[in-house]
Amino acid sequence: MSELEIIAILSSIMLQATPLIIAVCGEVITERVGIVNLSLDGSMLMSAMTGFVVGLKTGSVILGFLAAAAVGAFFALIVAYGSIRLKQSQFAIGFVLTLLGDDLSAFLGQNYTRIPGPSVAKWGIPFLKDLPFGIGAIFFDQNPVVYFALLLVVLVWWWFNYTQPGLRLRAVGERPEAAFARGVKINFTRYLYTLIGGALVGIAGASYSFSVKLYWSEGHTRGYGWIALAIVIFGGWSPVKGMLGALIFGATKAVATILQHTFPEVSVVAFNALPWILMIIVLVLVGSDLSEWLVALVPKRYQNRLRSLLRVDAPQALGVNFGEK
Amino acid sequence: MKTDAVKRFWVLVPILGALAFITLLLILFKASPAEGFTAMLEGAFGSRDRFLSVVAFWVPLFLCSTGLLLAFKAGLWNIGVEGQIVMGAIAASWVALKFDGPTFLLIPLEILLAMTAGALLAAFSGLLKTRGKVHEIFSGLALTNLAIILTNYLISSPWQPAEGGTFRGTAPFQTAALLPRLLESRFSPISLLFALIAFALVVMILNNTVWGLKLKALGLNPRSAMLLGVSSERETIVAMMSAGALAGLAGAVRVLSWFDSLRQSISGGIGYLALLIVMLSAFRALWVPFVAFFFSIVLNGSIILQLRTQLHSALGGVLTGVMVLFVLLFGDSRQIFKQAQPEEIADE
Repeated sequence: MSELEIIAILSSIMLQATPLIIAVCGEVITERVGIVNLSLDGSMLMSAMTGFVVGLKTGSVILGFLAAAAVGAFFALIVAYGSIRLKQSQFAIGFVLTLLGDDLSAFLGQNYTRIPGPSVAKWGIPFLKDLPFGIGAIFFDQNPVVYFALLLVVLVWWWFNYTQPGLRLRAVGERPEAAFARGVKINFTRYLYTLIGGALVGIAGASYSFSVKLYWSEGHTRGYGWIALAIVIFGGWSPVKGMLGALIFGATKAVATILQHTFPEVSVVAFNALPWILMIIVLVLVGSDLSEWLVALVPKRYQNRLRSLLRVDAPQALGVNFGEK
Repeated sequence: MKTDAVKRFWVLVPILGALAFITLLLILFKASPAEGFTAMLEGAFGSRDRFLSVVAFWVPLFLCSTGLLLAFKAGLWNIGVEGQIVMGAIAASWVALKFDGPTFLLIPLEILLAMTAGALLAAFSGLLKTRGKVHEIFSGLALTNLAIILTNYLISSPWQPAEGGTFRGTAPFQTAALLPRLLESRFSPISLLFALIAFALVVMILNNTVWGLKLKALGLNPRSAMLLGVSSERETIVAMMSAGALAGLAGAVRVLSWFDSLRQSISGGIGYLALLIVMLSAFRALWVPFVAFFFSIVLNGSIILQLRTQLHSALGGVLTGVMVLFVLLFGDSRQIFKQAQPEEIADE
């Protein structure tokens, strides 16, 4: 395989991973504040459909993205209201919304399947796109949605670690009682960030229709929401590691496609199994003592670095309603 | 006494809300709501065959929901139930395709293997939870997708029909391997008998056995259950396996009476529907068969709706989904009307 081919594959992995990166960032924000928005798969489908139809009708991709963000935020609002105000199970509401989003998007979008619509055009950043070793081609010769995703990862990381509101956000997800005693408005903070996270999930859904698979079809993004949820855990609730997880997932799919061409005699379905097997393996790896066993295998001076890469700590108040013990 | 009346009729609010939502959707798509609902009802009750279809679709739903009652009681989110159905279907198909013999030997063997296959997949999910700290939602999803991929592989390669691959399903099974069906319909009375036995057993386990009590303890508070000497690992895995076994049985019923071969979408979301059914029943066992029957009516009816009005049959799924959502959100009038919580007052 030539260098050019490899760069082409890598930049296509980057492009295909964008919706996942955006969705993972959204869910990381939501879960860091203590709410699990399990509805990702359904809300991505609904927003992919809404974004596409609005974009098609108005001819404006921007309006499509805004509509999709509104849909994602609305789904998140239902989860937040149900868990904060009604103290219902976040899993139950999220799961129902997942199935509902799937069916509702199939029904509402039934007259718009597989027709060409607007898309986000490629727009290379001057100078940066000419960076050597393929870096320019992979990261800076893409469409604006990719740049948005990259900026978002940096922004969320900076917000969590270097700002006052970010600190309060984390406090609400870790020790709500302590944060409350310090005068942080727990429920307001939770509503706010759940909605922001949901809006990002909506944008992720629309970016799939506008930038990866440029149309709408029934079950267009099916499965991606669940994968994003798994990546959030795998990435230890960090946007940077989450981006890494999304890229690794995209790479597995690319590897599966390449293997398919190299070994045509092996059934295509065998390669489809790769991402799901990977999902189980990585979740076991980060969740159990197996990670310590793996750390022991590498040379001593790399051990700490690997350990911190594999370590995942869920926000302590994740999924626990405030005022409930 | 006004509050009593509110409470009594409050049950209707989510149901009417869901019907209003569907009416709006029908109007939005320029269909007559009356015509739509009539089509749905006629699709379910319009003829003897349609009604038997509703019953035939109901049986596996009923079986799965019954098994899920045990998992839910133990606090487990067995989303992998969909994959457990698929594994049961694959195991039953293996017997039906590879063995020759009289019906009275084939059917017990099919059922036994189907239940084992479903239980094993569920046990794997349970082990991943207790040993690998992987939430059962994620292991369940991954395993479901793997089971579906396995089905596609079997249909497209080793179990491909002799006359060439259609990628839709295997060749029809020998008649001796199929569950005896009523009046050329897809309904097999034996399958209903299985479901009723399973239901009676589960109700008995939950209400009258120590194990049922242990499951409840585990579901309500895993930590105190552990302190009381309930082994969370054993209980988790046995609860998962029971749910998986019944899902596997449902898979066998799907291939041996609803279809007559292994198909690509052998379950088609029955497992996910069963999760909704248990939620809509508010986790109460006695409601499960009725709610499952209602789901079967709606989903069978929506197929006729699609034929008559050209509207997507996903509308049936929308109706059931919205209803469960409304019950979760508005089902409890006390929650809706109660005063704001103390911390919410402090919050303002």
